[in-house]
Amino acid sequence: MALLETHDLVAFYGDFQALYGIDTYVDEGETVAIIGANGAGKSTFLHNITGLHAGAGEAVQFDGRPVGHLPAAEIVKLGIALVPEGRRLFPSLSVEENLLIGAYGQKKTGHWTLETIFELFPVLRQLRRSPATSLSGGQQQMVAFGRALISNPRLLLCDEVSLGLAPTVIKDIYEALPVIKESGASIMLVEQDVQRALGVADRVYCFMEGRVTLSGHPSEFDHATIRSAYFGT
Amino acid sequence: MLSWIDAILQGVLLGGLYALFAAGLSLMFGIMRLVNLAHGDLIVFAAFIILVIADLLGANIFVATAVTLPIMFAVGFVLQRYLLNRTLGKDILPPLLVTFGISIVIQNGLLETFSADNQRLQAFGIETQSWSLGGGIAVGVMPTLTFASAVIAILALNWIMYRTELGRGFRATSDDPSTAQLMGIDNHKVFAAATGIAFVVITLSALYFGNRAQFDPTIGSFRLLYAFEAVIIGGLGSLWGTLAGGIILGVAQTIGAKINPEWQILAGHVVFLVVLVVRPRGLFPRAVD
Ligand SMILES: Nc1ncnc2c1ncn2[C@@H]1O[C@H](COP(=O)(O)OP(=O)(O)O)[C@@H](O)[C@H]1O
Ligand SMILES: [Mg+2]
Repeated sequence: MALLETHDLVAFYGDFQALYGIDTYVDEGETVAIIGANGAGKSTFLHNITGLHAGAGEAVQFDGRPVGHLPAAEIVKLGIALVPEGRRLFPSLSVEENLLIGAYGQKKTGHWTLETIFELFPVLRQLRRSPATSLSGGQQQMVAFGRALISNPRLLLCDEVSLGLAPTVIKDIYEALPVIKESGASIMLVEQDVQRALGVADRVYCFMEGRVTLSGHPSEFDHATIRSAYFGT
Repeated sequence: MLSWIDAILQGVLLGGLYALFAAGLSLMFGIMRLVNLAHGDLIVFAAFIILVIADLLGANIFVATAVTLPIMFAVGFVLQRYLLNRTLGKDILPPLLVTFGISIVIQNGLLETFSADNQRLQAFGIETQSWSLGGGIAVGVMPTLTFASAVIAILALNWIMYRTELGRGFRATSDDPSTAQLMGIDNHKVFAAATGIAFVVITLSALYFGNRAQFDPTIGSFRLLYAFEAVIIGGLGSLWGTLAGGIILGVAQTIGAKINPEWQILAGHVVFLVVLVVRPRGLFPRAVD
């Protein structure tokens, strides 16, 4: 049984349909990438899983039970955490408070604590008292990762974590993925940077205009196939 | 000279009362961007509850207040959870209309139940006692207690805001409610807790307000004005600013009264207007907004 399964997932913004029947799954321990152009529906898809976009109903199953009807605040407690697009750190909170708030109201313990997050991203330790939004983009992204990890999720969703960051910084962030994986979390990674996504993923889905246009192991596809699934050309 | 020092000292102590009036308002605005137009009437409402409980138990007003505190917390929690939460959104008008409606309901409900008679929370003669500081300057026991309570209330609120998980939840929700939900924060519960805490401060201010002077069911709206002025002088959303705002308002009034007894109220409003002109965001605005 898969850890996460979506079956015929549809999503609307008013009259506008953003997703047209998305079927995906993530097995325990897997890293799954979702690629696709801007506006393909990747963020909408993640928001349906996390409960930010309500109304997924039976279409989203986590650990064998439907979770689409639950509010976002419940879903994170079941073990799904999101590193949101654009990081969305809390400006009134310090770095340490931003990290701690990821486990709001949770008693559950696990590998990830303030200490292990500071081991993963050592630069955050000196910055712990600073306002989170005073950090550089890459450091803020580390805080966003730590904030999601501290709830000890079984499934970590990452939405365009390399967007707007310098290549060396992106490398640092991506080097954290194997450590996260080793801690036991499964990962679903949304990326526009196809090469980078294919480099770390066990499996990949390509989205275009609210539909899955390609799915399978990265090694199965040549450039032309990916290009046509991505751009529809 | 001494008489000026006395005026300032009395003004500072009076400022404690205004800070207590204002702290609940400041808290609800700071966390939920909710302007509670029923704030003044809720203070009067709490004063009546203290009165009734003191009567029922045959207890003094301090004991009665201690009993009223958890009751008012529950009232605030339920009111926010089942009514005010529904009014919050992008549009700022619904909460204003609903709290204005609550204000009218409270005033009329109190008039029906208790008539328009003046009431007072009597504290077995403490209100006439004072400590002499020498040189003809004396501070009343109740004003001093009021000021101490205001400082303790602000300290406690700051402790909640900056040292507890609930306080982190308050600040995060106020920054970005939808991302806060991703952290496992139930906005509606967090807001209900915030209003419950604001109602505890309301009850505390009701004790000193009802003891300081007579009150009747319609007086709340007038007190709301001082609370607003203190909050805005201090800077929206800053609790220490609210204390400073209360003190500035209190000192302005006592100094004004010293120059000419008729100027007491006017001097407070003038200082408020001056601050509004010179620093529209108040003296200590919150850095993040
Ligand atoms: N809040 C919203 N209201 C209306 N339309 C939206 C909203 N968010 C996204 N969309 C639309 O839904 C589609 C998918 O958007 P999104 O999921 O953000 O794509 P991606 O993350 O792949 O770039 C786009 O056409 C976008 O314009
Ligand atoms: Mg997106």
